[in-house]
Amino acid sequence: MCLAVPMKVMSVKGKRAFANLGGVKREVDISLVKNIKAGDYIIVHAGFAIQKLNKKDALKTLKLFEKMRNETY
Amino acid sequence: MKDDKITLAHGAGGRQTRALIEKIILKYFPDPLLRYLPDSAVVNIPELRKEICFTTDSYVVSPIFFPGGDIGKLAVCGTINDLAVCGAKPLFISCAMIIEEGFSINDFERILKSMSNIARKSGVRIVTGDTKVVDRGKCDKIFINTSGIGMKKNYVCPGLNCIRAGDAIIISGIPGLHELSIMCARGDFHFSVPLKSDCAPVYGLVETILDTSTGIRFMRDPTRGGLAAVLNEIVAGNHFGIRIYEDKIPLTKSVRSFCDIFGFDILNLASEGRVVVVVDQNEAEKVLRVMRKHPLGKRAEIIGNVIKEFPGRVILKTRFGSERFIEMPSGQQLPRIC
Amino acid sequence: MKHIDRFSDPENARILLSMIHSEARGIKKVVNLMEVCGTHTMAISRFGLRGLLPENIKLISGPGCPVCVSPNSFIDKAIAISKLNDVRIATFGDMYRVPSANSSLEKEHSRGAIIDIVYSPLDALEIARNKTREKIVFLGVGFETTAPLVASVIKYAKKYKINNFAVLSGHKLIPPAMEALVKDTHHSIGGFICPGHVSVVIGARPYEIFPKNYGIPCVISGFEPCDILQSILLLLEMITGKRAISVKIQYSRCVTRNGNITAQKMMDDVFDVVDSEWRGIGIIPSSGLAIKKQYAEYNAEHVMNVETKISHDKKGCICGDVLKGLKTPRNCVFFAKKCTPQYPMGPCMVSSEGTCAAYYAYERR
Repeated sequence: MCLAVPMKVMSVKGKRAFANLGGVKREVDISLVKNIKAGDYIIVHAGFAIQKLNKKDALKTLKLFEKMRNETY
Repeated sequence: MKDDKITLAHGAGGRQTRALIEKIILKYFPDPLLRYLPDSAVVNIPELRKEICFTTDSYVVSPIFFPGGDIGKLAVCGTINDLAVCGAKPLFISCAMIIEEGFSINDFERILKSMSNIARKSGVRIVTGDTKVVDRGKCDKIFINTSGIGMKKNYVCPGLNCIRAGDAIIISGIPGLHELSIMCARGDFHFSVPLKSDCAPVYGLVETILDTSTGIRFMRDPTRGGLAAVLNEIVAGNHFGIRIYEDKIPLTKSVRSFCDIFGFDILNLASEGRVVVVVDQNEAEKVLRVMRKHPLGKRAEIIGNVIKEFPGRVILKTRFGSERFIEMPSGQQLPRIC
Repeated sequence: MKHIDRFSDPENARILLSMIHSEARGIKKVVNLMEVCGTHTMAISRFGLRGLLPENIKLISGPGCPVCVSPNSFIDKAIAISKLNDVRIATFGDMYRVPSANSSLEKEHSRGAIIDIVYSPLDALEIARNKTREKIVFLGVGFETTAPLVASVIKYAKKYKINNFAVLSGHKLIPPAMEALVKDTHHSIGGFICPGHVSVVIGARPYEIFPKNYGIPCVISGFEPCDILQSILLLLEMITGKRAISVKIQYSRCVTRNGNITAQKMMDDVFDVVDSEWRGIGIIPSSGLAIKKQYAEYNAEHVMNVETKISHDKKGCICGDVLKGLKTPRNCVFFAKKCTPQYPMGPCMVSSEGTCAAYYAYERR
């Protein structure tokens, strides 16, 4: 029960942001997440942002996969 | 059947539609030509010494205007395509319309113009029709039925009984664009999406395919129920199965994103201008090359093949090498939150 | 976002799988890992992950589908409301085909009820704004991912005085259900794959009771194949003792220990925590959300007067056991025979996130 996707914020106007995923765009309510600005990635569920995607952590996880690959080969 | 009323699922082109046809409709229409539920009936008129293909379809799409087309274009293309995939050259079409009182004449003319354009470009003549008007509220703006006649050309096969293990499966382009564009055009979900319907007349592409190779076993256009429905129809009750490869299915970023957001499976979504071709594996590359040269086949891909194992089933090999089944779709595709 | 694709990278998946197999060789028994999120259920089936795991590692599905655990009484109430004059039901697509004992919203739609399928509760509010002569009742279904959104929308309705809008709350909370399962002495849960987006809202803290009081490891997982595989690996490493048993956040790109405080506060502002009936499980204390008194005029329980009869699940339906992870769909005599997505006997089959629906769509032999 968690269908939510990461979308990129194109612009912000008050409590709403215009977000984009692969060309699919929608206005999203951002009142539940603080400090959202254009360029951020947000997790969108049913028309609301529920969190900002932490790019640093995303890259950290990917680096971990990279490390595993290097150790295996 | 346990339903006492027709539901929308009965019209969705998947399992329930098939059940409605097989368990109720065929009871009253037992003609042998209907038994395999072909896209067109191949009618033999001995005096003519030619095989005629005859098909019919009704169009109730909403909204009637959508990115990439309208109900009129859809009505003409749909009937052309049903004839084309049976190896017939579409010749004549009828057009019966049921119009809601209050419908704009401007919109009516837009639709007629669209139908006329496509028919002319496809070399098809609209030669008979009917017009009815019903009270406001008794139909949604306009419903159109088109029936078509085509002349079957002397192609070897194509038919389900020609399919053999090892045959390749080609799709002419990205699946599901029509249904995706309709959902967006409805505006219920307030998304702006750069997708257009793939609605197009495929006779030209089909003719090119059939002229190129004598190894074409079977063709169908994936409409309601999408690629999943067509593949399951091909294997149903047969001694072979199908395996397709997820990474071979042509897609775009927007299509994938839209499906991710709503939880849709692209395999279950309808197209209106695509062809699925089952072809002798030795001819597959040649047919693919020729398809890609055609404007409607630029994104054609070989997506899998017919296999001896799993008779009657369709298997998907995922990107990670795991396998799972693709079933006949059930009911309508509904956007999920879950 | 290009690097999202790397969470589905087959090469990474292959390596994670070989590490899982290696770790599993050190476990001399069968381990059941339970996921409690319908989206995880679907992802596991859609990616064909079950068949790739070692023989002794089993993935079982818990009550992670909010639609599946909505009791008949909730659906019957929604159906009764849909029959009232000048009422439109607005609902997520998931609820449309779920059967109660005698009917479903889909059936009622074919009988004349007005049902709008929406992507967002904001869209339902918009319908209310436009159709002022009708009463719009939104079916509030979902766990902690969705409840804050519905709470926001109720607040908007109050702020902008959109008084022809009401919510029928069927919202439920996941950690109490998880605890109810492990309190059952017959359970065989060796570890939890915790829901990713519920955890975005509630954080990791609510799961800390499981390692602490029950010795059960938990990993909060993302939804891409590599996320799920990495989560399984982390759970196995805790089971073999390589790591201490705790709550781990695999989905660190979205989930923090404290979660989204704003969203949590929004839920607290609008909802009271109440005891709630979970289909197939029974009443779980403090596991549901009811709209607070100060928002009573937006509470469909309060403003719509409908009577519903008590209805029961079809005889022989074992959805309850499936939801608790005690049985799999293959244990059910009706699965894929009498019970299909076309003619579902219980919610696990019809909900697009239901365990039985997932097995039916992707794993039927």
